[in-house]
Amino acid sequence: MKEKIANEIANLLSKAVIDLPRDVEEALKKAMENEEGVAKAQLMAILKNVELARKQKKPMCQDTGTLTFFVKLGVNFPYRDIIKDAIIEGVRKATLQVPLRPNAVDVLTRKNSGDNTGRFVPPIHWELTDGDDCIITAMPKGGGSENMSTLRMLKPGVGLKGVKKFVLEWMVEAAGNPCPPTVVGVGIGGGADVSMELAKKALLRKVGQRHENKEIAKMEGELLEAINSTGIGAMGLGGRITVLDVHVEVAHRHPASLPVAIAVQCWADRRKSIRIDKEGKIWNID
Amino acid sequence: MEYRLSLPIGEEEIMKINAGDVLYINGTIVTARDEAHKKAIEMYDAGKTLPVDFSKVAVFHCGPIIKREGDEWQVVAAGPTTSSRMEIFEYDFIKRFHTCIIIGKGGMGEKTAKACKEFKAIYAAFTGGAAVLAANAIKKVKDVFWLDELGMPEALWVLEVENFGPLTVTIDAHGRNLTEEVKQKAREIAAKIEF
Repeated sequence: MKEKIANEIANLLSKAVIDLPRDVEEALKKAMENEEGVAKAQLMAILKNVELARKQKKPMCQDTGTLTFFVKLGVNFPYRDIIKDAIIEGVRKATLQVPLRPNAVDVLTRKNSGDNTGRFVPPIHWELTDGDDCIITAMPKGGGSENMSTLRMLKPGVGLKGVKKFVLEWMVEAAGNPCPPTVVGVGIGGGADVSMELAKKALLRKVGQRHENKEIAKMEGELLEAINSTGIGAMGLGGRITVLDVHVEVAHRHPASLPVAIAVQCWADRRKSIRIDKEGKIWNID
Repeated sequence: MEYRLSLPIGEEEIMKINAGDVLYINGTIVTARDEAHKKAIEMYDAGKTLPVDFSKVAVFHCGPIIKREGDEWQVVAAGPTTSSRMEIFEYDFIKRFHTCIIIGKGGMGEKTAKACKEFKAIYAAFTGGAAVLAANAIKKVKDVFWLDELGMPEALWVLEVENFGPLTVTIDAHGRNLTEEVKQKAREIAAKIEF
């Protein structure tokens, strides 16, 4: 069973790095139609690249990223004891088979492990759920966009206006670095750790999918419009579309703290999920 | 303007190019990221001979995926990496090696623009993430250096390219820096936004 799940993880990663989700591609197409000049040329190159990647079965970007996993593990899932090892084994397999770029470097020796595994790598975010199945989402996260992540502990007195101002200013300074048009995840509240976790999880939402809370949804729309009005554009070369979407998640905060975390995903907003049921059957669920 | 350049090129050609121009390149380009920049500068300063003459090639900020097939290296994917990481090295690099074309993505800062003006060089951006498009323009892996020491993403990959582009020139040898201009304007717009 471990071997079977490891093979499915390798497949999942292969699909994730080769096949851009349709919602992202549609948003890029719409952006291309609304642009002109150098920004349009960038978006045309991106879309052509997305098509070539699928056709030639090659990773769309050479930075196949830190292979980040989000696992919803049912408390009665029968294979819970092997799932972690299967994920790690799947990462090793995919690195060889696709191939993926080895992206795990020892902090002290600077040696690349060569197989995308190492201390705390691949990162796996666990969430216990009711039930007997397991949902695994792979998000290959590029370094260029990851470098534009940030966390600021704001003073609660600045309020949500201050939060929005901070996000806007940060995305202007990020400019062309995270490969715009990007998707921006914002986590507000909860403390330093929770806000960053929320910002990352916000990136799992589809482009165009608004938060169910109307007030948060409104904030997402405002931020989207504000960032795009600055004219950074695709690849920071100037244009109307700098971000494809902004997703906000919130948690209750300490009265003295207003943490705001930002996680940025490049246009190659790669994510794919599978579900494993209690019989060990595997389903694609995108 | 659109130019098709065959490397190596001279100062005269570099001076014709302006920020905003589009380039397609033929010839040899060499990948170099953070570690390679650092090592090259250190070797030069220690009086050692470098494995590549950086004045005759374009330097490409890129950490590719390359696989071995028999005796040959095959490029799988090779888009540009974020150039701003190399900002701390690029002035010293251009000053020492007289590289006249730097290729990357996301734009570069003041120090690189200063080097481009002083030593007659340009910086051009390839579309970030467009790794298959880039790989298709790479015809051959001619050589590789520092692979064991630095690993696949950081090694010096010597690549033969044909019609490598489109590249958008964002820093020219006349002192213009397109991405900085865009950013400055964006700062002014953002400062006026009231939520």
